[in-house]
Amino acid sequence: MIKVSNLTFRYSGTSFQLRVPEFSLQQDERVAIVGPSGSGKTTLLNLIAGILTPEAGQIDVAGLDVAKLSNAARRRFRASTIGFVFQDFALLDYLSARQNILYPYRITPALTLTQEARDRAEALAASCGIADKLDRHPAELSQGEQQRVAICRALVAQPKLILSDEATGNLDPDSKARILDLLFEQATEAGAAVLAVTHDHELLPRFKRVLDFAQFRETATA
Amino acid sequence: MNALYLAFAYLRYHWARSLVLTLVTALILFVPVATQILLSTSERALVARGDATPLLLGSRGSQLDLTMAALYFSDERPEPIPMREVETLWDSGLAVPIPVHTAFSSGGFRIVGTTLDYFDFRDLSISKGRGLSVLGEAVIGANVAAALGKSVGDTLVSSPENLFDLDGVYPLEMPIVGILAPTNSADDQAVFVDIKTAWVIQGIGHGHEDVVTAAEVAAGSEAVANAAIVQYQRITEDNIESFHFHGSQDDFPTSAVIVVPNDTRSATILKGRYLDGESPTQLIEPASVIQGLVDRIFRIKSLLDVVTAIIAVAALAAIGLAIFLSYRLRAREIATAVKLGARRGMILRLLSAETVTLLSLSGIIAGLSATIVSRNAEAWVGWLLALGT
Repeated sequence: MIKVSNLTFRYSGTSFQLRVPEFSLQQDERVAIVGPSGSGKTTLLNLIAGILTPEAGQIDVAGLDVAKLSNAARRRFRASTIGFVFQDFALLDYLSARQNILYPYRITPALTLTQEARDRAEALAASCGIADKLDRHPAELSQGEQQRVAICRALVAQPKLILSDEATGNLDPDSKARILDLLFEQATEAGAAVLAVTHDHELLPRFKRVLDFAQFRETATA
Repeated sequence: MNALYLAFAYLRYHWARSLVLTLVTALILFVPVATQILLSTSERALVARGDATPLLLGSRGSQLDLTMAALYFSDERPEPIPMREVETLWDSGLAVPIPVHTAFSSGGFRIVGTTLDYFDFRDLSISKGRGLSVLGEAVIGANVAAALGKSVGDTLVSSPENLFDLDGVYPLEMPIVGILAPTNSADDQAVFVDIKTAWVIQGIGHGHEDVVTAAEVAAGSEAVANAAIVQYQRITEDNIESFHFHGSQDDFPTSAVIVVPNDTRSATILKGRYLDGESPTQLIEPASVIQGLVDRIFRIKSLLDVVTAIIAVAALAAIGLAIFLSYRLRAREIATAVKLGARRGMILRLLSAETVTLLSLSGIIAGLSATIVSRNAEAWVGWLLALGT
């Protein structure tokens, strides 16, 4: 699913530098990325998603060399191939849970809002236990419910890869495990790989593999 | 379509903010337009009435006061002139003089004592009832009827001018015999009576019980008139014969005289006759007086325009700032949209859809309000011009 080789990236005007010689993720694999703050974990997710472009190296996602894609192609690729789950849920306060799930269809021409997509949103909500809360706005939902909505949004377009950035960081200990299990369960059903940044070491046993950014630390902080 | 959907969802959810922005923007758009409509309608109405009144005769003094009193029945009270001036004009054969006596009021509306020529001159038509025919009757303007809830068959009582004036100006009860069709002019706000009725109100003419009865005359008893004699407060068929005027009608007062010259030559001759600066009367052209007033108003208006423009710029800047801050507050939403694959163009479309929707709603509200003002401008201006009469 993901093949990264000889990747280097640097934010202009800063001393930050990320260097990843080799990294890969298989289809259906669940991989956690751990490491100290500022080591470049989120930057790696952004590079894989094509939000940032590397200085050098190759990022191959689902058979596409992301770094070589044009801006528009990268956006299309992101909309159709990747599902995002954020630490702060990033739900829109003015949309109901249902419309938040369908939000990706509203903002990109790469996705077309069909009845099938609506049905899929309903089905995802049902399997995440929020079917009866679809007409509520985020302010009327608990944090756990909000993250469930965010997971539904990440999966609604049937992406091949879920990028999760501290998805459980804002949740209480009980909810963390439940939400992560739910994410894995839904990803398995959708046949999507999961690459998750986390600081929560208690959750690591649930992942198939853990990528410790400490191994890149030397180069990352160089 | 999606941008519009999201824009509507955002505006609906933040309805209070949207409502305030919409109303403020609508107000910024509406106020200058409405001011412009009302001012130009006022100008037209003022100038039209001035243009429709060729010449005005009155006592020497403020031409504006004279014009406002005779044309708009305002509170101004120019010194009255004697009716002999009317006779002089009739005798000249150069014009039709129409006296206008505007000293009294009833129910907050000016009583205009005049002659039947006034109704022809102003082209006033009766929408209900009939015109004046007998002393003491009143024909009221459309707005007077609406405001006082009066109709034909009701009565109006003239307001006493001074509570302590025991000498005259007794309230007179006047039956309403007709209601004028609306004209959106000062005539809608007036109570029209025959000028003789105005003189009765003034106390120049009156009716009372006979001081001596026929039997007393036959008995040769001495007649003594005193305050015990009943003075009539209403002119009826039974007592109309007892009404009479003391003194010569030539000396009776009128506030002004509308002078309708036969032609331009007659007007020129008449103007020449009243050029004497020592004369207690003056003959003026209301159109030029009104034009002077309008010019003054529009000089003030241009100053007002500048103030309005400054306020509008400040308010628009405030709205711009509010929208900008709202965009800043939504930076996280924009970042999420970009991560999910949105194009910059889509985000711009989303934000501009909201702004355009707000502006469109404001434009529609301002446009509808301006249309309402425009449709009612003549009526409102007529009412505004008559305010304070």
